[in-house]
Amino acid sequence: MLDTRRGARVRVLEFGPDDGRPVLFLHGVAGLLDEHRFLDLLGERYRVLAPELPGYGDSTGEELLEDMLDFALHGWDVVEALGLAGGRPALIGHSMGGMIAAEMACLAPGALDKLVLVDAMGLWLDEHPIPDLFSFLPFEFGDMLFHDPESGTGLLTGGLDFSNDAVLREFFVANARRLGTAGKILFPVPNRRVSKRLYRATVDTRVVWGESDRLVPPAHADRWAALLPCASVARIAEAGHMVPYEQPAALAGEVTAFLG
Amino acid sequence: MLSRRVLEQTTGREVPLKFTWFNLMPWPHLPDDFREQHRSVWVDIPNTLYDPVRGHAVYHEYMDQLEYAETLGFDGIGVNEHHQNGYGLMPSPNIIAAGLARRTSRAAICVIGNSIALYNPPIRVAEEFAMLDVISGGRLVAGFPVGTPMDTNFCYGQIPALTRDKYREAHDLIMRAWAADEPFVFDGKYNQLRWVNLWPKPIQQPHPPVYIPGGGSVETYDFCLDHDYNYSYLSFGGYKAGKMLLDQYWERAASRGKDDSPYRAAFAQIIAVADTDAEAERLYAEHILYFYNRCLRVYPGFADPPGYRTVKTIREGTLTLLRRENQQLFQNVTWKDLVERGMVIAGSPETVRQRMEELIKTLRVGHVFCLLHNGNQPDEKTRHSTRLFAERVMPHLRGLWPEWAHDERWWIHPIENRLRPEETVGVQR
Repeated sequence: MLDTRRGARVRVLEFGPDDGRPVLFLHGVAGLLDEHRFLDLLGERYRVLAPELPGYGDSTGEELLEDMLDFALHGWDVVEALGLAGGRPALIGHSMGGMIAAEMACLAPGALDKLVLVDAMGLWLDEHPIPDLFSFLPFEFGDMLFHDPESGTGLLTGGLDFSNDAVLREFFVANARRLGTAGKILFPVPNRRVSKRLYRATVDTRVVWGESDRLVPPAHADRWAALLPCASVARIAEAGHMVPYEQPAALAGEVTAFLG
Repeated sequence: MLSRRVLEQTTGREVPLKFTWFNLMPWPHLPDDFREQHRSVWVDIPNTLYDPVRGHAVYHEYMDQLEYAETLGFDGIGVNEHHQNGYGLMPSPNIIAAGLARRTSRAAICVIGNSIALYNPPIRVAEEFAMLDVISGGRLVAGFPVGTPMDTNFCYGQIPALTRDKYREAHDLIMRAWAADEPFVFDGKYNQLRWVNLWPKPIQQPHPPVYIPGGGSVETYDFCLDHDYNYSYLSFGGYKAGKMLLDQYWERAASRGKDDSPYRAAFAQIIAVADTDAEAERLYAEHILYFYNRCLRVYPGFADPPGYRTVKTIREGTLTLLRRENQQLFQNVTWKDLVERGMVIAGSPETVRQRMEELIKTLRVGHVFCLLHNGNQPDEKTRHSTRLFAERVMPHLRGLWPEWAHDERWWIHPIENRLRPEETVGVQR
């Protein structure tokens, strides 16, 4: 567990050699799931650090994070607490993590080596709306998040037994914490106006998108690329919103090719 | 030390149990196949189902009924706030209350209430409630709901995890604005105001009675008890299911060192009175079933967004509320279910009297919000049921809390020389 100067406690998953190039991975709205094949693959080449956002899992202090600036500064607080300040880590943000990563890049573009946005939230396009994920019923998440909903749903619930009262209650508590926290930057419309700040994010950026993302439509990739000063787009086939979990090898290959 | 107001109350007249006639104002023209065709009566219900021309008659019929209730001796008449739905047609209950304030002179005007987290700035509520209190001559009961998730989060865009924080700040601002005699600065997280200086201020001092509608949040119990506000349990699960929650409330009151005056609590109950039990079913069943099967058809995804309820409430709350199969609690209920489970109190005056007595005593409530208009119940039936309740049920229940008969802490204190509607027509002042 890592303590930030603001007072949050953050669980950080680590992969790869201690002396590798630092790569920070910010998870999406669903959190870090139990399997980490994408991070394992990246760990073959880099020192990968995946902090869990307060409100998710064992990380606490979510009451300290109230608005977009809090979330973005929290990201930099974590970089500092990891001892990476000045070390110009590469930053990968997936889904909600992409929104936070983009804001971090606007605040301090020179402090990053490279930026990867994977199916990032944070923009709103009237002609390509993002469904209201806060009104989803549990069984709808699989359909919205995965190219293949059946295998995806299993990943999301981690095989929990909901007929057990204690398990059910803990699931509701965890879900309320996770999405309650996410709602501070995603509810009711996941747009905190990063678009007007993206001119500042002059870091070399790769925008990667799952071709069958039903949550954040692939058209958003082009909009990110148009708004970011130095960005290009890559697409991953047979992947929904949860690209890192659904096509870990393809995504790891794409990211590795970009980071070098 | 007791405030002057409490001293006056405790030495004053007898205060029997209070009955407030409540109209939720449902849309009575939802189609027969509503359930099959639409997933929700709230948030995304097609607004083509609303017809403003028919709505004209509906509003006037409902307001006439509220005024009629005063003539029969109901202590209060009640309205509330909901948005973008066919369940209750009062996005602004203050507009209805303003009409009632002009056409009545005795009953409390119970606005239960204004969802204070939704007003920017919430000083608007302090102003409008003060206006209502002044126009009505001190008859306002001021309700401050957090608001349902459908209204507050999905229709009005408030962030679920911050809703309660914003609500508390709005409450603090309103109460301070009512109390202050000089302009003050309010530097809040959600509201920053350089000049808070209320014009007009309410007649009732230090403030109108405050009612907090709740649905079982632990935080709401404590909030009511700590401020000595009335806790109003509004649900359609009926008094048998309500007992569990009110038992928790009274336990909480005891543990916080508060007295157990039944006037600390209110309960809303669907009621239907006819000459006989069988007649009640014949007259009212279809309308009450319309209410349960159409007006309460809320898509579960709109009912509980993560972050709206606190972790504490989820941990301490009953598990049954979490089970998915219970999210559609009221779907496809039958008349027999409704009556047996106490969700509806219906029957002859004697049947209704007995069950109301059971409700009042088991829940320990001093205020009953009587839902005597339900669903698409026609005006004539509503008046019939209302009159029978007022004349043949209410008088037998008024004295159920003799030991608290002088406790007026949770009721209105109108001015004596207030103007009556008839006096205000053509009078030169």
